[in-house]
Amino acid sequence: MLIAVILTLAVGTYAFRLSGVVLRDRLTLPDRVHRLLPMAAAALLAALAVTAALTEAGAFAGFARPTGVLVGAALAWRRAPFIAVVVAAAGTAALLRLLGIP
Amino acid sequence: MRTAERTATPASTPALLRDVGAIGVAIVAIGASFGAVAVAAGLPVLATIAMSTLLYAGGAQFMAVGLIAAGSPVAAVFAGLLLNARHLPFGLVLGDVLGRRWRDRLLGSHLMTDEATAFALAQPDPAGRRRAFWLAGIVLFFAWNLGTLAGVLLASRVGDPLRLGLDAAFPAGLLALLLPALREPETRRVALVGAAVAVLVTPVLPAGLPILLALSGLAVLLLPRRGRHRARPC
Repeated sequence: MLIAVILTLAVGTYAFRLSGVVLRDRLTLPDRVHRLLPMAAAALLAALAVTAALTEAGAFAGFARPTGVLVGAALAWRRAPFIAVVVAAAGTAALLRLLGIP
Repeated sequence: MRTAERTATPASTPALLRDVGAIGVAIVAIGASFGAVAVAAGLPVLATIAMSTLLYAGGAQFMAVGLIAAGSPVAAVFAGLLLNARHLPFGLVLGDVLGRRWRDRLLGSHLMTDEATAFALAQPDPAGRRRAFWLAGIVLFFAWNLGTLAGVLLASRVGDPLRLGLDAAFPAGLLALLLPALREPETRRVALVGAAVAVLVTPVLPAGLPILLALSGLAVLLLPRRGRHRARPC
């Protein structure tokens, strides 16, 4: 049963991944739609980042994580190096939790 | 030194490696916690490792382990696939990056993750996008599997990634990679509306669906905009 679950998930996920790549070639998209694709990806990734920052299993994730992400995002906005963004975000969240803020 | 993604010039390979490495270190740690959690939940070692190599999707893996441990394997399949449906639109965008060779398409599709997609799209030109995707794809795949292996072997000795704040590292990294795209006003409006929709529906919809609904942000392009009467003729 477990093997079947893992394999179904793996094959299904791979099918999602590959079908987009293959469809891209098969579909002759009008220029306007083609121009929308990067925007669609940006919307998906932004939604992923914001929901991951704010929520955990459908509920509010607590204050430490969003504060850390906010600090990282502010540094990114100020064009800080990528490493600084990631380390500052994690460090802020870790520090807040050390202080007892969830 | 400035991160090259945020300028118009493509990032050099060492700069890219450094940036991918920053996320890679975090992924090793999260992978280790996945390995430890899965084994603690009663998953056989081989099944845990197979999940990381064959499924290779962190969010779906954590979710599946939780649901399998709770005795709902069918829910694990549905929830995991719903969560991973976003890879289809990612594939549509990455189609050009992966090119037409079947070897690249078949292998590249397996390496497709949120982070690899974000690293690729942060590059301004096709050659840079290709380089960033493969670099991030390969490094992060090894990081995730190395982490899983470490977690399985060290089990209970793996620290809690929350204590290290790693859960804040990923959203921040994604946002940093998105910033160059978000400096373009149309993309920014689409992304902001999409993210807002996703957050609003997250409490009431199963995981995965809110992310897909972010595509509704594209609807803002249909709205008439003030000060743009001489719209482009397309």
